[in-house]
This record gives sequence, C-alpha cells and structure tokens, in this order.
Amino acid sequence: MDSVRILLRLLRSRVRSQLAYPTSFALDALGQAIAQANELAVILIVFAQVDSLGGFSREEVLLLYGLAGISFGLADLAVGQLDELPRWIRTGELDVLLARPLGVLSQLVTSDLQLRRLGRAGVGVLVLAAVLAYGQVEPTPVNVLLVLVTPLVGATITASVWVMTCSISFWVVEGRELANAFTYGSTLTTAYPITVFGPWLRRLFCYAVPSAFVAYFPTLALLDRPDPLGLPHALRYAAPLVAVAAVLVAALVWRTAVRRYQGAGS
Amino acid sequence: MTAVVRTEGLRREFTVGRRCARRRIVAVSDVDLQIEPGEAVGFLGPNGAGKSTTIKMLTGILVPTAGRLRVCDLDPTRQRRELARRLGVVFGQRSQLWWDLPLRESFDLLGAIHRVPGAEHRARLERCVDVLELGPFLDVAVRQLSLGQRMRGEVTAALLHGPQLLVLDEPTVGLDLVSKERLRTFLQEVNVVDGMTILLTTHDLPDVERLCRRVVVIDHGRVVADDAIDALRARSGGAREVVVELAEPAAPLTGIAGVSEVRVEADGVRQRLAFAPSDTTAAALIAAVAERVELRDVTVVEPSIEDLVRTLYAQN
Repeated sequence: MDSVRILLRLLRSRVRSQLAYPTSFALDALGQAIAQANELAVILIVFAQVDSLGGFSREEVLLLYGLAGISFGLADLAVGQLDELPRWIRTGELDVLLARPLGVLSQLVTSDLQLRRLGRAGVGVLVLAAVLAYGQVEPTPVNVLLVLVTPLVGATITASVWVMTCSISFWVVEGRELANAFTYGSTLTTAYPITVFGPWLRRLFCYAVPSAFVAYFPTLALLDRPDPLGLPHALRYAAPLVAVAAVLVAALVWRTAVRRYQGAGS
Repeated sequence: MTAVVRTEGLRREFTVGRRCARRRIVAVSDVDLQIEPGEAVGFLGPNGAGKSTTIKMLTGILVPTAGRLRVCDLDPTRQRRELARRLGVVFGQRSQLWWDLPLRESFDLLGAIHRVPGAEHRARLERCVDVLELGPFLDVAVRQLSLGQRMRGEVTAALLHGPQLLVLDEPTVGLDLVSKERLRTFLQEVNVVDGMTILLTTHDLPDVERLCRRVVVIDHGRVVADDAIDALRARSGGAREVVVELAEPAAPLTGIAGVSEVRVEADGVRQRLAFAPSDTTAAALIAAVAERVELRDVTVVEPSIEDLVRTLYAQN
C-alpha cells in the first residue's frame, strides 16, 4: 500500500507539469478525441451503404464501439507509457529504474500520465450514452452493472495484452511496430463484431488475443441476442475471468522479460 | 563489521551478434573483491574492461552468470529493492532526476520513493544545498540546469536516503575544472567525515588521487591489480613527464638526475622528460632545466589511467 501512495505521488507530479500548459493540454486532448471520432465516422459511412454488418445493426455496432473506445482510452491512459520502453532500454535509463526500490513496470507506467488520452475515452462515453439513450439496451440491474463494469474489465484486458506485447522490446529493442499492431491495432479488432472476420481471425481474437471479451461478448449480453456463431452462452459473462487470466499471464511475461534484461533468463 | 561488498568468482557473460554469428563474450571473469566499511575505492580500467558490468551486478541491475555476491549484506539479485534503499548510485551519463521538475521537487519525490522521514530528508538536503551550493537553482527545472549543476543535483539525489554505499560511475565526465573540484571536495568529506563507503569508476586520475586510497584495476574482465594507490603507481613504474617549451632550439637535455628518458619534438624547441616520482620531483627537474636553457612554458603530464592500466596489464 505504501508503494501505491508513492506511485500516486509520482503521478500527481506528472499531472501538475501537464496542467502547467493548459492550452497545449486542451489541444492534445482534442486531437485524441478527433482521432477516435474518425473511426466513428468510418462506421457511420459504412452504415450509409449497408444495413447490417456481420449481422449487427448500426446502433448495435455503435454500442460495441462505445464500450471498446472507453476500454481503449482507459488502457492507453494506464499503460500507454510503455510506448517509450524501447527508448528506456536503448538509452540505458532503465538501469536508473532498477536502482530504485520500486517495481519497474509501476515506475514505467507512472513515468507519465497523459491525461490527453482521456479524449479517446471521452468520445466513447458520448457514443455509449447516445446509444443507451436510443433505447437499445433494457435497463435491467444486470445490464446496468454490465455497462459500468465492461469498460473497466475491457481496459484491464487491453492493458494486459499491451504489457505482453511491449515486453517484446526486451528481446528486440525495436519491436515497437509489432507491439503497435496489437496496441493501436486493437481498436479495429475490438470495435467491430467478430462476425465480420474470417474464421481464423475470429479464433485468434477469441482465444489467443482475447479482444472479443473487451466489448463483443458483453455487447451480446447487453443486447440479449444469441451469438450468431453459436458460441457458448456463458462466454458473454466471462470477461472478468478472462481479465484476471490476462493480468496473470501479463505479469508472468513481464517478469520473464525483465529477468531476461537482467540476464537471469539467458 | 562485515564487508560492504564481497564477491567471489564473479562472472558475467553476454550473448552478442545475430543468429548466424552468435557467440558468448565474457565481460567479467573471476572477480574477487572485498570492500570494507568506510573505504573509498577507485575502480579503473579502459573502456569495455567490465567496470560498468561489475557495477551493474553490484547494484542488482544485472544478474551474474556465476559467482557469489553480497552487497550491504544482501543478495542483489533477489533483494534488489531492499538493496536499492541502502545504495546511492550516480550514473554520470544518465539522470535519476525528473527533467521537467524543479530540482527541489525531484528531491522530494526521491525522498518519498525511499521513504525517508521528513526531518532526516530536510537535514540531509540542507547540508547538500549548503556544501554543494545548490541554493540558486533549487527551484529551476532540471532540463534548464548546466551539466555541473545537474551533477551536483545527482550526487545529492544519491545521498538523500543515507546510503551505506555510494557508487559513482564516471561522476565528473564532462565537467569543467571548478565543478570537478567542488564535487571531489564534497565526496571526500562524505567519505572521511561521514565514513560512507565509496566505489568510484572514472577516467580521470585526479578524481582517484583525491578520493581513493585504494585502487582496483580491471582489464578484459579480470582484476589485474588491487592495491593502495601509491604502491600501484610505484609498481607500474608509471612515469610522469615534464614537457618544456624552450625559447630556442637546444640539444637533448640529457644528464639530469632522475630523468629516465628524453624525447625531442619540434626541432628541439619542445622536449619531454620522463621521470619516476620516486627518483625526483617535478620542481627539482624544472629547476635543473632552467639552469641550462631559457624556458618559455612548462607542463607536467600525469600518466593517464590508460597508460597505467596498459603497463599493469603488460606486467601480468
């Protein structure tokens, strides 16, 4: 708990230094929101041509998009700093972190807190609110809980996948592009119904990279519709379990990666 | 009291090269080192000799391939975080400060990270501010500091949690003479007055001469000498040189007592007289030259660490 307090203090100092330049902060946040809204525009344009996508209507896809957007924004806010990992390794600054009495991952993710990333989550919240107001989802207690929990669970899954893929930098210092395919590429895989993908990609997103659990399965539950692919009913409520598993695997991968950097593994 | 650092057969290998040309190189091999509380040890060697690798193992950043290692009575591999609280580390090339924060706030954060009680933190900081004269730039963002100011900040940062062992990796690299001197004086005080154990790597022989009574020389990953600095210098026969610039060309200045070799440059206007400190002094030598010819300029050249190490290595 003591460490948590120290890390929060580190974060506060980061946030303070950002808010020292309010205009630049506001523009950055706006830029992130526009980037997210671009994807929204793509969905709207597609639905101007077709009535359904992989068996889902426009409002249903937007629900998916909203949940995925919030998850992505929160995950980006939490562990987006790992983008900088190759630089930390290349310049040897990682050694400075290892010489401190704190965990390396917690120091890395708190090395900056880019509040502008809230811009992305913000667009997600707006879209989600609009879809809910449109009356797509029955306001049952389970659904209310699901709407509140899904973005957090989704963010946890997304963040775990990022930690795993960023670990590759310990093996291949310039592995950033590969990592980015999973990090920034994940918006694509989470924001669309998995039914639009071919069977192999579906299996990949379902079981290997669990992006289908970020938004797709919870959305099926919210819409109370059967899975068009006939996947087990229980999967739609399994996201929290998947999140726990993802965190455990990510922790293991990260630990192995840091050990490798220190040379214990090789 | 137990030794602050104790290593036995310390070894570290790296795998380098791409897949087809992969090979193992030995960066550090069979290093036995013991450092007692209160010692100030200079850790010398040419680039790539294994100094940094050894220091990284001592601080828990790298894990040894083989050998036994205890630092501050802890196992650096398994107790890295605990050890971090007892170590102060200064990497001359890397900053442990937050570039966008004022120095003072960086210190506050480090105090929190190391869980230093407020009163202790203030007392240590006050002393460093006092001796290292940090006052004028304590509220300036680190990115705006000069290198000399930043290094003073780095050393302060390493001392705020009252470490048992202070490890300095090239602390004076790139500093001007005044900054170097100020830093050396302070480190000497920390060592002599507070009894803090210091391990210092440097390319700057004066750093070592001012601070360390003992020197460990490493080359190709092996310890080639571990001795008191004076004994080491005598043993290596490390010649110093007096370089004289003459008003007009002269014949080689041979026959001066204690001079082992005379080299003539620039048609006899510049001459280099090598001598061993045990045989004569620079002052006596300059006086002897001045009696024979008219001098324009004199410089005394210390043997560089590279030379010292090369001599030592050739002997082994």
